[in-house]
Amino acid sequence: MAEPLSPPRLLPSGDSAITVEFSRTIDDAANRRVLALDRVIAAEPIAGIIETVPTYRSLLVHYDPVQITFDALGEQLLARAAKAPPTETGTRRWRIPITYGGEHGIDLEDVAKALQTTPDDIVARHAGGDYRVAMIGFTPGWSYLSGLDKFLHMSRRKEPRLVTPAGTISIGGIQTGVQCLAGPSGWHLLGRTPVRTYQLHRDPTFLLEPGDAVTFTAVDAKTFAEQDRAAEAGEFVAELVTP
Amino acid sequence: MSKLVVTSIGPASSVQDGGRPGSQRYGLTPSGAMDRLSLAAANTLVGNEPFAAVVEIGPFGATFAARGGAVRIGLAGASRNADIGGRPVAFDSSATLAEGETLNLGFARGGSFSYLAIEHGIEGEPMFGSLAVNARAGLGSPYPRPLQSGDELKTKAASGATERRIELPAASDAPIRILFGPQDDEFTAENRKLFLDNEWKISATSDRMGYRLEGAVIKHRDGHNIVSDGTVNGSIQVPGNGQPIVLMPDRGTSGGYPKIATVITADLGRFAQTSAGRPVHFKAVTMAEAQAEAIKFHTLLHSLPDRLRGIDDLGLNIEALRDANVAGQAVSAVDVTTWQVALP
Repeated sequence: MAEPLSPPRLLPSGDSAITVEFSRTIDDAANRRVLALDRVIAAEPIAGIIETVPTYRSLLVHYDPVQITFDALGEQLLARAAKAPPTETGTRRWRIPITYGGEHGIDLEDVAKALQTTPDDIVARHAGGDYRVAMIGFTPGWSYLSGLDKFLHMSRRKEPRLVTPAGTISIGGIQTGVQCLAGPSGWHLLGRTPVRTYQLHRDPTFLLEPGDAVTFTAVDAKTFAEQDRAAEAGEFVAELVTP
Repeated sequence: MSKLVVTSIGPASSVQDGGRPGSQRYGLTPSGAMDRLSLAAANTLVGNEPFAAVVEIGPFGATFAARGGAVRIGLAGASRNADIGGRPVAFDSSATLAEGETLNLGFARGGSFSYLAIEHGIEGEPMFGSLAVNARAGLGSPYPRPLQSGDELKTKAASGATERRIELPAASDAPIRILFGPQDDEFTAENRKLFLDNEWKISATSDRMGYRLEGAVIKHRDGHNIVSDGTVNGSIQVPGNGQPIVLMPDRGTSGGYPKIATVITADLGRFAQTSAGRPVHFKAVTMAEAQAEAIKFHTLLHSLPDRLRGIDDLGLNIEALRDANVAGQAVSAVDVTTWQVALP
């Protein structure tokens, strides 16, 4: 028999949202429970829920207090969280191209120096990883991936950059990220992908789902430029490997 | 086809509506009006759905001209000096610009955002079911950015309906009510008390993403980095410098600073209307109180058509006057049955 699952904490996020917290740290097992609860709610909806937002360690549940109270919803969420998580079936796996270093990854050399190795070693370790989309947040399509090689874990930059390019691939803490839009970031920039994880007027608008598996492929700058044009025209560029 | 042409406008002015919830799991923030009651009031004045798209006008003045036909508008939110071709127009009422006429709006008084609804709504292409501008994500229609001089808001010709005013609950300067959580346990009882006791000021660097609070320094129990988790409108996060930031409708959908408390739904619009430099106090309430207030607020939003009055029916709004601190003494000096002022 498996050990009974410890119940999550129910934290009020105002009068119209509950944070269902499974862990206070980045924890892969907790993230799987977050995504499992999210799937259970999608399969067995609770009247009054407006939308759910999975994150590394918690599921934020937005609801309408006119339809259901904090206490009643909390009780139902705990009951669903206590069920054995359904097995993950049909997990999608994406292969995402990245151009590392140079103008596309301005921190690659510095990261290699800080970790006392070569840029090629950093690229091999980063591109060799097997990742999972733990959450999408902050700005549209900004995908936080778990599964980063421990060797690459490093603290964020002391001075965040106010602007980093669209498609930036970066590392920060124990995570790596696929950023879609240009924007501020305190992470270390290793490369860029032509893949748009968010593109208006494309179907689907959002490419990645929380829980999707991701691997990376290093491509040269010429390939990046070609794929960037194709992506701008609406192609995925990312390759769906399975299912 | 009529249109309202923006002939001059300040920053922080954009088309907004009820927002686009439903894609926060992909990092897409809901956006939408900063003050939902004023949004709904402006729309109700011209017979629109309460959360239809309107022009949200920031603190500075603006002018609009009717072209191609008459345009009927509703004005609500932060009041301003307003006239149409020199004819004064009151806030919380509707008015019509004849073809060629100009609406002149002064600076916002006693608030930050005013709402200009256009009868029949603003024509645009909804993105995720909303015309609301979210400039960072390239969303919004007819323009995916704040409004600029020369922009055109297309609509149908004015109906010629009788003008209306709307009787809203009196403005309140009571403390902004909050619920502690989700990460109030990242702060000592002493720091939670400091958050409530301190007089805060809204920083001038505030925007539709967040309002920065200046005042005391709120210290964290164990550092200020938490693992990012989800945010809501009104989340009060405390970054490393201890100066809280209240997250507003253009917030990031997740954040990595502990959130000490959350502004209750019923007080979000009132908080959003607090101008930079004005003092703010917070008051903690229970979940039961907050949810009861949320239901009352919902009822208010959906009962606005019952609050419409004839434009000339200028009977004293006793409810408003009694609630308004400034008028308290004057009202108590009036005999409510005879309307005679009791002389001292």
